[in-house]
Amino acid sequence: MASAAEHIVKSYEQELRQLGNLLTEMGGIVENQVAMASEAIVTHDSTVASKVVEEDPRVDAIERQVEQFVIRLLALRQPLAGDLRLIIAALKITGDLERMGDYASNVAKRSIVLDQFPLPYSLGGLAHMARLVQENLKTIIDAVGEQDADKAVEVWRSDQAIDDLYNTIFRELITYMMEDPRNITPCTHLLFIAKNLERIGDHATNIAETIHYAVKGENLPETRPKGDTSAYAVVRPKE
Amino acid sequence: MSTTERELKARLEIMGGLGAEDEAGLNPARMSLRNLDFFYGATQALKGINLDFPDRQVTGLIGPSGCGKSTLLRVLNRMYDLYPGQRATGEVLMDGENIIAPDVDLNDLRSRVGMVFQKPTPFPMSIYDNIAFGVKLHERLGKSAMDERVEWSLTRAALWGEVKDRLSASAMGLSGGQQQRLCIARTIAVRPEVILLDEPTSALDPISTLKVEELMDELKQDFTIAIVTHNLQQAARCADQVAFFYLGELIEVGTAARMFTAPKVQRTQEYITGRFG
Repeated sequence: MASAAEHIVKSYEQELRQLGNLLTEMGGIVENQVAMASEAIVTHDSTVASKVVEEDPRVDAIERQVEQFVIRLLALRQPLAGDLRLIIAALKITGDLERMGDYASNVAKRSIVLDQFPLPYSLGGLAHMARLVQENLKTIIDAVGEQDADKAVEVWRSDQAIDDLYNTIFRELITYMMEDPRNITPCTHLLFIAKNLERIGDHATNIAETIHYAVKGENLPETRPKGDTSAYAVVRPKE
Repeated sequence: MSTTERELKARLEIMGGLGAEDEAGLNPARMSLRNLDFFYGATQALKGINLDFPDRQVTGLIGPSGCGKSTLLRVLNRMYDLYPGQRATGEVLMDGENIIAPDVDLNDLRSRVGMVFQKPTPFPMSIYDNIAFGVKLHERLGKSAMDERVEWSLTRAALWGEVKDRLSASAMGLSGGQQQRLCIARTIAVRPEVILLDEPTSALDPISTLKVEELMDELKQDFTIAIVTHNLQQAARCADQVAFFYLGELIEVGTAARMFTAPKVQRTQEYITGRFG
């Protein structure tokens, strides 16, 4: 349960707002990183790709800023109830966003390497997956800004579609590698790109769980609809 | 399911249990309020309070000034009996007996329910006599038994080491923190079942405050404690159960852990986070 009423101490209210603004700013940068990285997968545009990587230090800097801010708020304001939940949520969310930024950078770097290879594979599936991840990311960053638990639940539920796509891509890429060893290098990179996108989706669901608890004071059920079954996948060559 | 998976699942369940909104950590009630109303003349200060004080645990009573929490303490040891025009209806049950019924012996009740006030209230007499004074009202003890009782209470109140060499010195010469612990010693000397503390540390420095808080932790092994405090962090540190009052009503009650992390009622949330308005 978040509070609609303003805090009696105005400077505290301002600090809480400032913390929210930092997260929104960080979310915006990461969202942009993921968008550019997704573009780079298809276009292999190294300028766009390097922009993604260049944003990394900014994301890291905001993460540190949020961490220090949270420690200061805990020490000086001794927050309780809804405030405590939101402040702890900020600390967790900033960690998730930072990881998402790292994954986006990694995707961007790999997209440059891919330019050197003829691809056996249509990037349509991957591009579609990237779009779903971006949609979830946008929704979850809105949910953070608006402290909207319903939007968080929406993201939490819709990660399954991303996992399903990832499984398909995983199997497909393995078959290409089996067909021709020359495909192994580009397909491995594609595999990592897909996995990184899938991880970004997972972090969005982490944020969804965090926001839900921060706003409602209740945990989402422990078991999320999860679909990444690639850990058990076996694809054998046809006899 | 493999052994590792089973272990992991068990651990997750424990973690889930810690965060769960159970009130399972609370003991059975030592004192129970049932439909308790209280009136200052025509003004109703407490409205239909139903609340259990768990045995040998600390219940923190919080709420803005005038919400009825200090009034509630005054009802629990019937201090209001001293004032005409003040009356309580409903039940305050201890061992099935309604202690606000007119036929209850007040001296007996006050030996069962002790009280410590906001400002230390030592009597203008020696440290020893401060303790012995209350005991003499309820029990006839010989010299050595009384000595033992004085030492026992001062030890339980974490004051013995500081005063054992000057028991005949005036209690007025003690520091504020020591005086408050002396008052706690005087309260427990009659071996009550319930101790009521009305903002016991609001006049004390931080170190003395922590000593009293540590003392509460010790004392709850033997006594059921109710503390009124305006310091929410103190309630969070000391209380097992927290009850939030507003305008004479009990708005919400639960374990301290739940009340300070995820209160259910909007007004509790607003008060606890400083958004009352």
